[in-house]
Amino acid sequence: MQQYITQTKNKFVHITNTNFDHIMAEQEKNQITDKVIVRFSGDSGDGMQLAGNIFSTISATVGNDICTFPDYPADIRAPQGVLTGVSGFQVHIGADKVYTPGDKCDILIAMNPAALKTQYKHCKPTAAIIIDTDSFTAKDLEKAEFKTDDPIAELGITCDVVPCPITSMCLETLKDSGMDNKSIIRCKNMLALGLVCWLINRDLSLAENMLRAKFAKKPEIAEANIKVLRAGYDMGHNTHASISHSYSIESKDKTKGRYMDINGNKATAYGLMAAAEKAGMRLFLGSYPITPATDILHELAKHKSMGVVTMQAEDEIAGCASAVGAAYAGALACTSTSGPGICLKSEAINLAVITELPLVIIDVQRGGPSTGLPTKSEQTDLLQALFGRNGESPMPVIAATSPTDCFESAYLAAKIAVEHMTPVILLSDAFIANGSAAWKLPNLAEYPEIKPNYVTPEMSEGWSPYKRNPDTLVRYWAVPGTPGFMHRIGGLEKNDKTGAICNDPDNHHLMVEQRAQKIERIADTLPPLKVEGDADAELLIVGFGGTYGHLHEAMLQMCSEGKKVAHAHLNVVNPLPRNTQETLARYKKVVVAEQNMGQLAAFLRMKTTGANIIQYNEVKGQPFNVATLVDAFTKIMEE
Amino acid sequence: MSNYKAQDFKFGQPRWCPGCGDHAFLGALHKAMSEIGVAPHETAVISGIGCSSRLPYYMNTYGFHTIHGRAAAIATGAKVANPNLTVWQISGDGDGLAIGGNHFIHAVRRNIDLNMILLNNRIYGLTKGQYSPTSVRGFVSKSSPYGTVEDPFRPAELCFGARGNFFARCVATDMTAAVECLKAAAQHKGASVTEVLQNCVIFNNGTHESVYTKEGRAKNAIYLEHGKPMLFGENKEFGLVQEGFGLKVVKLGENGITENDILVHDAHCTDPTLHLKLALMEGPDFPVALGIIRDVEAPTYNDSVHAQIEEVKTKKAYHNFAELLETNEIWEIK
Repeated sequence: MQQYITQTKNKFVHITNTNFDHIMAEQEKNQITDKVIVRFSGDSGDGMQLAGNIFSTISATVGNDICTFPDYPADIRAPQGVLTGVSGFQVHIGADKVYTPGDKCDILIAMNPAALKTQYKHCKPTAAIIIDTDSFTAKDLEKAEFKTDDPIAELGITCDVVPCPITSMCLETLKDSGMDNKSIIRCKNMLALGLVCWLINRDLSLAENMLRAKFAKKPEIAEANIKVLRAGYDMGHNTHASISHSYSIESKDKTKGRYMDINGNKATAYGLMAAAEKAGMRLFLGSYPITPATDILHELAKHKSMGVVTMQAEDEIAGCASAVGAAYAGALACTSTSGPGICLKSEAINLAVITELPLVIIDVQRGGPSTGLPTKSEQTDLLQALFGRNGESPMPVIAATSPTDCFESAYLAAKIAVEHMTPVILLSDAFIANGSAAWKLPNLAEYPEIKPNYVTPEMSEGWSPYKRNPDTLVRYWAVPGTPGFMHRIGGLEKNDKTGAICNDPDNHHLMVEQRAQKIERIADTLPPLKVEGDADAELLIVGFGGTYGHLHEAMLQMCSEGKKVAHAHLNVVNPLPRNTQETLARYKKVVVAEQNMGQLAAFLRMKTTGANIIQYNEVKGQPFNVATLVDAFTKIMEE
Repeated sequence: MSNYKAQDFKFGQPRWCPGCGDHAFLGALHKAMSEIGVAPHETAVISGIGCSSRLPYYMNTYGFHTIHGRAAAIATGAKVANPNLTVWQISGDGDGLAIGGNHFIHAVRRNIDLNMILLNNRIYGLTKGQYSPTSVRGFVSKSSPYGTVEDPFRPAELCFGARGNFFARCVATDMTAAVECLKAAAQHKGASVTEVLQNCVIFNNGTHESVYTKEGRAKNAIYLEHGKPMLFGENKEFGLVQEGFGLKVVKLGENGITENDILVHDAHCTDPTLHLKLALMEGPDFPVALGIIRDVEAPTYNDSVHAQIEEVKTKKAYHNFAELLETNEIWEIK
């Protein structure tokens, strides 16, 4: 191994000394492209998420579209250098719209052997892999369970490997800074970032501004990071001969406007705050920490200046129960969790079903069953959301389709909950919750009104709690504190007319039907299912929620290959859009592609007739891979 | 002075068994509410599941009969979302201390301003007679035909263990004392726990027998009043004194004991040690303590939540959604 290190160091020295030979070649090597995928990887303490975030934001700032995917390990801090501690951050940047973080990357940064070993599989054959040679000592290789002293050969890597002494360059750059070595080494992610900025022709000043803003209270840290960032960029400039090509990505037809980078969990929190403001209600979140949903609690807890009340409850049950109480008292009440939390909240959710109180339940889905794969993504809670409660318990289920759509979906969930007096489940997933994209700032004035179905004083004569609007079947809401409307509600079945406890068989049947009908009629307010792609498609790809980007990209790719394919994506799964039956029955083949064993397919088979439904299921905890989808769908078409 | 009568808080016809202690307690609650003077529409009564949790159906207030064990959590959400409501939380011993034990201790710990009523009949009545977490060791019931082999909770111990600042105890049928306890509980800012000793005529008749009648209480109970010496007995001939680490019953006039030697009740003492000792007293050696055992002021959760919101509002420059957006790193595509 020692020999290997020496070699790479010599190579580096050699390159820096002879950089001028290559200046002429620079123009030829710079490839103008539409999209490029970069993956940063290292130990979970190496700052790869920050480097990735800065890189995606500066790319978005120059008008590229971005889609990111942070791939965290489940361990908070695994022992340094081990395989389970690798943290990855993939970003797809494009001149045009990008829909996914990309299947495989063009550039991989591997800060240590463990990162190289676990992340190499995410590389295209043409990828360039940048490694930090300083962290490839015999000890590092041993921690990453390499058997030989040549990790490149051992993994059979055929792509370009660019060895860079990232750590030592970092130490060299900051040797006069007065900082201790530990603090200096913490800046090495900026060296990697600088290098990538050079490769993709990014303007460093944008990154520098971000660092100055991030470390506003510690300007010396900001300047140290900037110095290392520049050193990384210069190193790239001086060593470009060793990289087969660098990239330039122009921006095309980007909608004008003001943008920010947002991930799904933050967008969900923003959607709820926007809805509360629009409805003129206090926002309440009752929650209990759970991966990957906790960031919604974190985000909302910050915004007390907007009057948001967040309560970290003693358990998942109390998270939901406190929200039911807050809803009863007139708040826009929400509870956020992941699958295991939904199991615990089911009984309290059902109380909101029978008492017809507005409540938004956010399920950021992760791998299951039980504790399962807490940091990974699946769509395996759909049937739980639809049916996982005792009794006939219909509830709207909305599935956000992308990080930015989490805003729209959360807003819609709140609107439906408040206007239709019902709990609503909002399904997100770890992939869109943590993934981010450029988001055009919304203008709240352009969003539809949210009007709670409050009682009015003139209703007090002969009013009862289950008196309904005859068109929507929505009951009128008398919030405690309203004079003249004292009433009692609860989990026991009530008389349709008087609101008193009632065991009458016909009354129960009627109430069951009314609750179901009320949810069904929400479909009248929703847009029809939209079909994108070939108008004469032979194959319709159907999905729901967070797989929109991958399915859409697969459809686009197949269409570009001349295949007759279309894509329809469900944002609201219950009630189904009114044209679902007619849409599905229109195509020769319908492939329902989902990250579970066929839950949407089962629901569609239950709710529609005459559709030729074929299943595509994958439950790996990872996002779909577009190339795999294209192969699978092509095969389905040929069968 | 309140403008309300007990009648203003009554609704419907209670359907508990004849002789059930809940009837008497309901009367005391109506009376207490009329004397407290909070308007019925500003009062919310929130319960869990069980016989006693049917109580909201008999209240002419806002009432919410929720699910088993969760009343404290639901009431917490209601109170923090709308602090202007006066919130009463009604639970039995099974609802509050078994399935809802976690919410009980956390509501007390948070010190949310709820009037938490624990109707303790030491039995599951609605499911027809199983032992509860307050049933005594060896208690024979349908689910413990050979007697229980576990020790019960003592509600005061849980309350103080969770740093409770208010604990009162009354007997369901002891109207005057019950009304006093309920009024003090309502007046107390923060979580107040009132344990109501209540008889189940069907499945656990006589469980609080020693103190259930006026005569019994005269012999076997002590009414604690803040600032008054701890005297009890049919002729107030007995008193409590401190001895070593514990309490001791003494007789006035014996061994030179005078009223001056008797402990004076201090419900406002921050240290709960003696409050706990008093609350844990039981016969035959000690009288059962009734009345307001502990009543100490402390910051409430609901006040603190809203005070923090107001404070942050003055510190942060954004107060609506449009302003919130501007706090982010924004770029413009022209």
